[in-house]
Amino acid sequence: MNGYAGRVLYVDLTTGKTRTEKLNEDFAKKYIGGIGLGMRFWLANSKAGVDAYSADNPLVLALGPISGTMFPTGGNGHAFISKSPATGGVGEAVSHGTFGAELKRAGYDAVILTGKSDRPVFLWIDDDSVQLLDAAHLMGKSPSETEDTIKDEIGDYYIRVASIGLAGEKLSKIACIINEKTRAAGRTGLGGVMGSKNLKAIAVRGTRDIVPAKPDEFMDLVREYHERMKGPATQKYRTLGTVENILINNDQFCMPTRNYRNAHFEDAASVSGEAVNERYVAKIIACSSCPMRCEHEAVIRDGAYKGTMARIEYESLWAMGPYTGVSKLDAIIKAAELCNFYGMDAQSAGVTVGFVMDCHEKGILTHDDLTGIDAHFGNAEALLQLLEKMGKREGIGDMLADGVKAAAEKIGKGSDKLAQQIKGLEVTGYDLRCLKTAALASAVSFRGADQNRSNAYAVDLKGKVDRLKAEKGRGKIVKDLEDTYALLDSIMICKNARGTLYKETQDMAKIYNLATGYDIAPEELAAAGERINTLARLINIREGKSRKDDTLPWKVMNEPIPDDGPVKGAVVTQDELDLLLDDYYESRGWTLEGVPPSTKLKQLGMDDLSGIVESKQEA
Amino acid sequence: MVKIHERKFVSCDPDKCVGCQICEYACSYTKEKAFNPIKSRIRVVRQNQVVNMAVACRLCEEPACVAACPRDALTQSDETGTIMIDKDKCNGCGWCIEACDYGAMMLHPETKTVYTCDLCKEKTDGPQCVKWCPEEALTVVTSDVLAQKARISAIKKLFQEKKQQ
Repeated sequence: MNGYAGRVLYVDLTTGKTRTEKLNEDFAKKYIGGIGLGMRFWLANSKAGVDAYSADNPLVLALGPISGTMFPTGGNGHAFISKSPATGGVGEAVSHGTFGAELKRAGYDAVILTGKSDRPVFLWIDDDSVQLLDAAHLMGKSPSETEDTIKDEIGDYYIRVASIGLAGEKLSKIACIINEKTRAAGRTGLGGVMGSKNLKAIAVRGTRDIVPAKPDEFMDLVREYHERMKGPATQKYRTLGTVENILINNDQFCMPTRNYRNAHFEDAASVSGEAVNERYVAKIIACSSCPMRCEHEAVIRDGAYKGTMARIEYESLWAMGPYTGVSKLDAIIKAAELCNFYGMDAQSAGVTVGFVMDCHEKGILTHDDLTGIDAHFGNAEALLQLLEKMGKREGIGDMLADGVKAAAEKIGKGSDKLAQQIKGLEVTGYDLRCLKTAALASAVSFRGADQNRSNAYAVDLKGKVDRLKAEKGRGKIVKDLEDTYALLDSIMICKNARGTLYKETQDMAKIYNLATGYDIAPEELAAAGERINTLARLINIREGKSRKDDTLPWKVMNEPIPDDGPVKGAVVTQDELDLLLDDYYESRGWTLEGVPPSTKLKQLGMDDLSGIVESKQEA
Repeated sequence: MVKIHERKFVSCDPDKCVGCQICEYACSYTKEKAFNPIKSRIRVVRQNQVVNMAVACRLCEEPACVAACPRDALTQSDETGTIMIDKDKCNGCGWCIEACDYGAMMLHPETKTVYTCDLCKEKTDGPQCVKWCPEEALTVVTSDVLAQKARISAIKKLFQEKKQQ
């Protein structure tokens, strides 16, 4: 087999038994790889209603068909898939780096982790040899320390490690899984799932050759993409990086500030991408095989946070900065480092801190509740103190470590109105009140509040549509974007490189075919994108979700943007949301309840899953 | 015998290197028709997130690897200064690997003999890692040219600073 390794590794953490199975080629062709293939494996290995933290919830690690090749950004990704403890629906998070390529060289397309170990262990995959090793001495260590310790112990400094921090060990629902110190499979709390299995880390050494089906043509294609990556499509990532969005979004009044109290941050200039690059970015580094290189490493050389080093991106900078009202860049970088140290998703962590500050200013959480932490918007010290508490699950942090939805349920007193989340996942850095295509995309995103399932905000911001208007046609826009993004995360091409795929599906089909030797038409691949989104929907339906869960945070629907500017007064009404949802479901060929009918499943070659919707489609 | 002043090797500028490993992929593909970093003649070290550098054979004067080989499997090319390995004589003992201060000598996982950078002698356009490096961090140079470049950049910096004052 080319492209695919052709093997899937099963690890039962309860019994310690491992086995490999031949890759199901039908799954591979239908669901491609990455999140698509991973979700299909998860569905096949779990029962409806499984608790995210029970031994019966599998954690799937999946690679793409071009993982391990030299294809720029494509060779280096991996995806974790499971039931999300944060949303109760499908959880998936993608990371890049070198870990995925190493696992492919070890000869696996996916690793399916089931059961639960009775003591802390780490998984050591050394080509064909697979062992569960004692991890008692790794407990409490940060992912970075864990990686260094494992490399020392095994005595190989080129092995790759993905691990959880203290947050994951303590079952935080915002815990992530970090590889190579600064790359995170961040969202949906999968670090908590790994922690619930008593699995501290996965270490890999792979020594097999990766050879594409058509090597010479494949290399020509790689050469072409190297050229494309020097062009305008990737300029943003190569220069200021995603942090460039701070000033762009602020100027457009679409940067959620102080827990959605504002859509504009008056101190944006002091936390801008320009400022962080000028003052702190010491180096831009690359994932394996990537000529674009976009990872901006911020280093603090003096002052209170001397020695701090963290990767900085728009979402982490926004969440720690404007969202909490903090305008001290050094503290924001320290906050990002703390998230890496404890293994918390920086977006969810920052939004949670913003929520606490809002609760405090509204009198819902008192000084005593906060054990003396002065949680006012803009207090950098409070930001860091709260993150420490959350990472350790100490005091108030115990309640906050599960994100805003769970915290609001415990706090009560109307705090749910301040909890800016969808399906249990915290919002991202785009004010949905004035980006109505993005509002629809976030409402229907299968993993909860997120921009990464479609990047629909770009349609709004580029002026392709009237961003303040909810109208028919947005459903089709979101559907098409979602299908493309599902493919990116399944073939596993970095979303920052999507601009180099000039002809999107056609380009992806070419890459896929040269790697695998298959001859799949672009239309078939496009159908796979639709199939993967439908699969995610089926999982969410099986786990009890329906149209009512495709909704928006309270403030997005009830508190109009107050800032003087082009979008003052913008809000999304229930009528607008209903119109958008109807349009989206219709464009997907789903019922008005958001259920894909069996006819649709048949058309997509998914009849094997029609049992999930049989009782629901008549409604 | 090529003089040390004329001997060119693959040099990496750590200020430019981003640790992308494209050199490793390009090398293993050129030499072995496969993507596999452990078969690359050049290897990347990421000491921490901000320190990245690729290392390949330095073509030393009086190379320690050659001296260390008890089976006379290693010789230095008169023409280019690269280290040539007689695969029939090499038994993979690894003394040359131990002797090399740069980690530029490696043991092949399948042939069980050692290998190192030969400057892509079969390619008319020179070392492929250099061609592929997207950051232009890799160059084929002599030590003398490296010293020249360092001098020029030091002087440039000095006079730029003077101008600003």
